[in-house]
Amino acid sequence: MPKPLKQIHLAAHFPGVNNTTVWSDPAAGSHIEFSSFAHFARTAERAEFDFLFLAEGLRLREQGGRIYDLDVVGRPDTFTVLAALAAVTEHLGLTGTINSTFNEPYEVARQFAGLDHLSGGRSAWNVVTSWDAFTGENFRRGGFLPQEERYSRAEEFLATVNELFDSWDGDEIVADQAAGVFLRDAKAGSFVHSGQHFDIHGRFNVPRSPQGRPVIFQAGDSDEGREFAASSADAIFSRYATRTEGQAFYADVKNRLARYGRRRDELLILPAATFVLADTDAEARELAKEVRRKQVSGATALKHLEWVWNRDLSAYDPDGPLPDIDPLPGEHTVARGRAQVRMYRDPFATAREWRELAAANNWSIRDLVIETGNRQNFIGSPQTIARTINDLVQEDAGDGFILVPHLTPGGLDDFADRVVPLLQEQGVFRTEYEGPTLRHHLGLTHPDRAHTARVAS
Amino acid sequence: MPPTDARAGDLVRIFRKAHPFVSSTPHALLHLAVALDGTGWHPASWREPVARPRDLFTAGYWADLVAEAERGLLDFVTFEDGLGLQSSHFLDPDERTDQVRGRLDAVLVAARIAPLTGRIGLVPTVVATHTEPFHISKAIATLDHVSTGRAGLRVQITARPNEAAHFGRRTVPPIESYDSPVVTELFAEAADHMEVVRRLWDSWEDDAEIRDAATGRFIDRNKLHYIDFQGRHFSVKGPSITPRPPQGQPIVTALAHQTVPYRLVARQADIGYVTPHDVDEARAIVAEIRAEQTAAGRADQPLHVFGELVVFLDDDPGTATARRDRLDTLAGQPYAGDARTFTGTPSQLADLLQELQQAGLTGFRLRPAVLGHDLPQITRRLVPELQRRAAFRRAYEADTLRGLLGLPRPANRYAA
Repeated sequence: MPKPLKQIHLAAHFPGVNNTTVWSDPAAGSHIEFSSFAHFARTAERAEFDFLFLAEGLRLREQGGRIYDLDVVGRPDTFTVLAALAAVTEHLGLTGTINSTFNEPYEVARQFAGLDHLSGGRSAWNVVTSWDAFTGENFRRGGFLPQEERYSRAEEFLATVNELFDSWDGDEIVADQAAGVFLRDAKAGSFVHSGQHFDIHGRFNVPRSPQGRPVIFQAGDSDEGREFAASSADAIFSRYATRTEGQAFYADVKNRLARYGRRRDELLILPAATFVLADTDAEARELAKEVRRKQVSGATALKHLEWVWNRDLSAYDPDGPLPDIDPLPGEHTVARGRAQVRMYRDPFATAREWRELAAANNWSIRDLVIETGNRQNFIGSPQTIARTINDLVQEDAGDGFILVPHLTPGGLDDFADRVVPLLQEQGVFRTEYEGPTLRHHLGLTHPDRAHTARVAS
Repeated sequence: MPPTDARAGDLVRIFRKAHPFVSSTPHALLHLAVALDGTGWHPASWREPVARPRDLFTAGYWADLVAEAERGLLDFVTFEDGLGLQSSHFLDPDERTDQVRGRLDAVLVAARIAPLTGRIGLVPTVVATHTEPFHISKAIATLDHVSTGRAGLRVQITARPNEAAHFGRRTVPPIESYDSPVVTELFAEAADHMEVVRRLWDSWEDDAEIRDAATGRFIDRNKLHYIDFQGRHFSVKGPSITPRPPQGQPIVTALAHQTVPYRLVARQADIGYVTPHDVDEARAIVAEIRAEQTAAGRADQPLHVFGELVVFLDDDPGTATARRDRLDTLAGQPYAGDARTFTGTPSQLADLLQELQQAGLTGFRLRPAVLGHDLPQITRRLVPELQRRAAFRRAYEADTLRGLLGLPRPANRYAA
């Protein structure tokens, strides 16, 4: 008997501050005005997407000691814009990236519980961690966290926040006007948490929200990050959208679940994916090339090369050959506030490999960066893209995708109008929302009221 | 002194320099705000049939209240908040079950309402004591973006030891009253907090985003600024991750009961809320705040002083009194708060507001005893009465909160 078809999950990542986002296009709109967010969210909801996704960075990136100015700079506060989007959508999930290092559990729990109430159960939290003193300079907390403690703080942070959510069962508010009883329980919201990172107690002041707990996302790729996801997350925002890498990641993470007593369908794998859509595959391939050249200007190419070379390359011609000097050894100091830099674990090997590639193909610096950089994941006609996405999901490279358009705010419009109907025809994507909450859309159960025993203090 | 910039607001500023803000003319329009908190300010308000206590944690409840306030052309609404459950005690928690407990984050409620409204200002409460100024600054900047220029904040401190224990980062020593040195220190910290919040709002110049395709630059980074704040309580580098909000500086407000908070109002606020119990007290408070304003070097800058009143409003004074008595009976004691309580008709309230206006108050933040009853009394009875007296606007005259308050859009402190 053939395996039943998996239902695909789709989400929309608001175009962010990487060079993926083409701000120079005449169709590119504001990255800060609410109208852009509203347009993007309404398109995602019109297409019956599971959720909208917002990334976050708490310090503007710098390179060579100055604020990086070649990509989109500036974004709104995550919670505030998601709360506003709850007013212009009815079903769409609202996922925010919130840092567990530069926040406190009581406050984050209040904000997510509040967002969940105000959206009727559509909130999700992408839990990220950081440790860098660079970002810490914006906070009274400072950059206080040793790198090796970031996941232990994140884990304890999430556990603590869950204790706060669970401090209300959900039936405490009776509001009996005649009898004068507002609360059934004089100790509703009581909590005590005592651990390595947090030692707090008292009463949480937000009653249980429609989803009980927001949906939890995890995005880190390290072994610790995967373990954290297997133990505590509902979904993973991964970066493996190709068949081979996606399947390997999918199998690896799903196999970790049993250790925590969890079923394979209790954690969704949702890779981020870019796309270029046109009438025909050939047109899409041409368009994809154009988009990549817009994403990587000469100036951008030099800056990307500096991530590997770890030194100022501004004197080089981006249309000329690669530098013959070697990368600067030691700690990376040129780019700050940019996680990608850590991907180049052996800069010397990368530099050597790139020089060879450039020489063999007669590539300039800019050509090299364009060719070695990420290609769009899905390039083609609506039929091609729909088939590709469905195949990848049915072959367990993912449970769906978080789409990252390169244009704000209209970059999702064609996908909604031309690809989604094809997936619906194939019976692998919803034709209407089946429930009110994001947990419904994702096929996740709603956590029972307060599993954790109320701490009597 | 703010640097000169070539904006329409300059004319307003020049006008105000020539005509100091304190000397409001007898027929000046007064400003009206309403303070939203739970089902109203009387602790038994939730038991009234109009109260909707089961809806308190839904967006629809707050949307209806703000729509009603906007219908009455009010300048703005405030949203109360706190980092712990409400309590009937001065500083300690209680375990009462007969009053409203629990609340939603005020900034999120305001943001949720912003797209549903068009003209009214939205002023959530933020607590300075345990929060990050960087987060607060970008949250209110974003509220200003999503409301296209209608955001403000009401800053408050907390000296509650139980709320400190919710964060576990420091302990707040027990205090006897609000003139304790501990409180003075918390207000000093709040002033630094607001300084950081304001600097971050200015850390992007208005025209920093250039999208220059020729050079590939999205921003002119010379128009982004480190704020490099170093204080006794914290230091913050900047710039903000959020571009300058539409109003430049959203409205900063604070409730103040005595000299220490008056100083915070004088140093950092656009509006101070004060609690005089009669005209003489109002005059004395206004004089003290104006003196602090001069001492802070802000004499030339507009600063509103609003009076606070808890209101029970009915068409007949006896009905209002009876309603108050009924609520007091339910609560088990007479209602007494920090602010004067007014019980009577909308017309009598209009008389009182105009009398207090003569003492130098430029507006009022009214606290409806029962939101479901007293808010419509304000919007449908008091406002028309004030309009008849030519004391309140007949239509919204501006589309930003600063505009409604007669405050110019400020120049950026970092602009060359």
